[in-house]
Amino acid sequence: MKALEVRSLTKYYGEFQVLKNVSFSVEPGERRAIIGPNGAGKTTLFNIISGTLKPTLGKIFFFHRDVTYMSAYRRSRLGIGRTFQITNLFFNLSLMDNINLALQISNSSLNLEEFLRSWGFWEKRRTRVGNLSYGEQRQVELLLALAQSPKLILLDEPTAGMSPVETEAITRIITELPRDITILIIEHDMEVVFTLADSITVLHYGQILCEGTKEQVKSDPRVKEVYLGTAGEEV
Amino acid sequence: MEVTQIIIQVLNSISYGLLLFLLAAGLSLIFGLMGVINLAYGSFFMLGVYLSLAVIEQTGSFILALLGAATAVSLVSMVMEVCFIRKIYNRELDQVLLTFGFAYIFMDIVRWCWGGTPQSLPKPVMLQGSISILGAIFPVYRLAVIFVGILLALVLWLIVEKTRMGVIIKAGVDDKEMVSGLGINIRLYFTLIFALGAFLAAVGGVLGGPITGAYLGLDSEILVLALAVVVIGGLGTLKGAFLGSVLIGFMETFGNAFFPNYAMMTIYITMVAVLVLKPNGLLGKDERP
Amino acid sequence: MFLGVTLLIALIILPFGLGSYGLSLMISVLIFGLFAMSLDILIGYTGLVSFNHATFFGVGAYVVAILFYRGWDNFWLALPAAVAASVLLATVLGLVVLRSSGPYFLMITLAFGQMIFALAWKWRTFTGGDDGLPGIPRPDLGFPVSMWNEQNFYYLVLVFICLSFLLLRQLFRLPLGRAIIGVKESESRMQALGYNTWLLKYLAYVIAAGFAGLAGVLYVYYNGFISPQELNWTMSGMAILMVVIGGTGTLVGPVLGAGIILILQNLLSAYTERWPLVIGMLFVICVIHVKDGIAGYVMKLWEKGWKGYESPGSEKPN
Repeated sequence: MKALEVRSLTKYYGEFQVLKNVSFSVEPGERRAIIGPNGAGKTTLFNIISGTLKPTLGKIFFFHRDVTYMSAYRRSRLGIGRTFQITNLFFNLSLMDNINLALQISNSSLNLEEFLRSWGFWEKRRTRVGNLSYGEQRQVELLLALAQSPKLILLDEPTAGMSPVETEAITRIITELPRDITILIIEHDMEVVFTLADSITVLHYGQILCEGTKEQVKSDPRVKEVYLGTAGEEV
Repeated sequence: MEVTQIIIQVLNSISYGLLLFLLAAGLSLIFGLMGVINLAYGSFFMLGVYLSLAVIEQTGSFILALLGAATAVSLVSMVMEVCFIRKIYNRELDQVLLTFGFAYIFMDIVRWCWGGTPQSLPKPVMLQGSISILGAIFPVYRLAVIFVGILLALVLWLIVEKTRMGVIIKAGVDDKEMVSGLGINIRLYFTLIFALGAFLAAVGGVLGGPITGAYLGLDSEILVLALAVVVIGGLGTLKGAFLGSVLIGFMETFGNAFFPNYAMMTIYITMVAVLVLKPNGLLGKDERP
Repeated sequence: MFLGVTLLIALIILPFGLGSYGLSLMISVLIFGLFAMSLDILIGYTGLVSFNHATFFGVGAYVVAILFYRGWDNFWLALPAAVAASVLLATVLGLVVLRSSGPYFLMITLAFGQMIFALAWKWRTFTGGDDGLPGIPRPDLGFPVSMWNEQNFYYLVLVFICLSFLLLRQLFRLPLGRAIIGVKESESRMQALGYNTWLLKYLAYVIAAGFAGLAGVLYVYYNGFISPQELNWTMSGMAILMVVIGGTGTLVGPVLGAGIILILQNLLSAYTERWPLVIGMLFVICVIHVKDGIAGYVMKLWEKGWKGYESPGSEKPN
């Protein structure tokens, strides 16, 4: 049983090839990091998996179900949740309204109060989300995706723009998520990647450069050359 | 329909289509590069018509009218861009309100200066009369419109394809951030593009004036035509605007000939058909998320 | 709530303090206010700047007039028929225009609006062409209350606008309405949460058309006349201005906006022929200076003085 299987995914923007024949699969409960330099096609890959983009070629299977041509919202209802690299919330609505929008459509049995209390946000339920601090907004970004009780969650740079303290906090939150949620995460911060992920896929110029456990990827000479060598700048 | 009649209709279609192209090209460029929706666009055309009327009445010179009207309208548009439009890039609703307001202002100024009675523009003396093409009698003036239209299309094509400004225009249509990242004074270019658009509309007005006449309400009719052209062709592409113009030119002219009562509708039917098949127009790019 | 009740009471006693000129102006304000309110559903709640809203207003009005000309002058029959026609047209048009978004949507709606305008102009056998359809009498409601009396007609319009307001306010408190607001806030996030955002926009478009049609019905009964001009893009543009001046996303604001514009228009046209120039300048000033509209401004003052910030229409805790 695979939670997610991506087969020979290829994507062109006009004549520019962003993804070249990308194939990989993720086991249920696995935590997989996708890393690679900027422009490697990571976010495009996420957009194709979540359904906002259609691939030029290739197929996507979610628990063995072909979802390649399924619209984004249907995939979400099947259990694919996501967060965005650039914070994407209902900024003019209260926190409670934000979470309610996620709860009212999902078939989860989560209760608003319990949910918000468990994340320590109950006191701020009436605050307009645009007025929360950036760090809090990044957490809400994650909460919205969790509120729909996804089977697979795509995290697009959850620590983007955060201070070291905030980064540590959100990393802990993600680490402590229940193991029945499969996680696919794009992350530039190597420390976060090595803390969170079971396995890593390295994307380079739209192709998979290497794939394996943390240790395998760490010791791969090609990765050192193209990515980890420059990781100091990325962090 | 006889062959000669068909030839005349084809020539009519082409001259009308090229007139539309002059108008739509500017609208398309302004939107494509600047992301600005300009509902005062038809007003520039109308101003072109009325200003050329004024100059012709004073001097009798068509060339002076062309230069004077086009220059004046370009200047007005530059002031409009620098003082107002510049403040509201990327604010769609505000652009709509602002340019709609200007359409009102221009309309009322025209009514103020020239009154509400429709007027006709004389054709320049040297372009009066008709010539015979393959046995069909065709007005010289319309041939001149075809000639000037093709000339301007070529010049525009050269500007867009072969000059630095063109490179920036194209880069801007594809990627605004990159252009400003290059440290180019994008504001100056935006003002120039906006003025170029207005210039094209005004030239269209001067050339088209003898065909359309001058009346209140010309502005919105022209705006809607230009919009239809741009929507059919695809936003932000000159080629699309050209294709859309010629297509509408043919549809409208032949529609007029075959279904005189429903001529306006043929354009819209074309538009619906195109949009159902290609939501972004004939040559429009797929929207990127 | 307190503000709303005050406003309502003011509107109820208003006719007693107004002359016949003021009263007829107020009736127009309410009718156009309802029209602007219906557009606010799209601009303020869904995030769709539609430029063919006059289409649905005009179709509602035309259906009443055409039915009257064919001998169907029953108000209780004409009203639902007219609203249904607007809704039906929106269900068809929506399929085409909602395939695109943003500025593209705006331009396409404008083009389609002018298409219907041209159709009203050309289809003489139905619409009377540019002569329009004159001589539509005030409706007979079947009560012993004459609608030829301006005051009675005012209350009829007031009832409709209040009912519409209450219905719409309720809609935006229901999960469906909250979801529509979500689309305005972030369409991509809504999709990621599992919402069919196309369907939500489509529903909003159709609902807005229905209320615009209702405004059109009241308009034609009041005015006694309908012509293609009421479907023209200038009508749609004017409605957008009313919504923005009054305050988007407030429902009441657009009614205020309608009041400001119509009263100004009436005052100005009494003094100068150049009032379109002034209205044009008003658009420009509005863009440069008005940020949240009049209603937004009042609400901010209100909230500052009365209570802490609460997001618009926030629900009470469960």
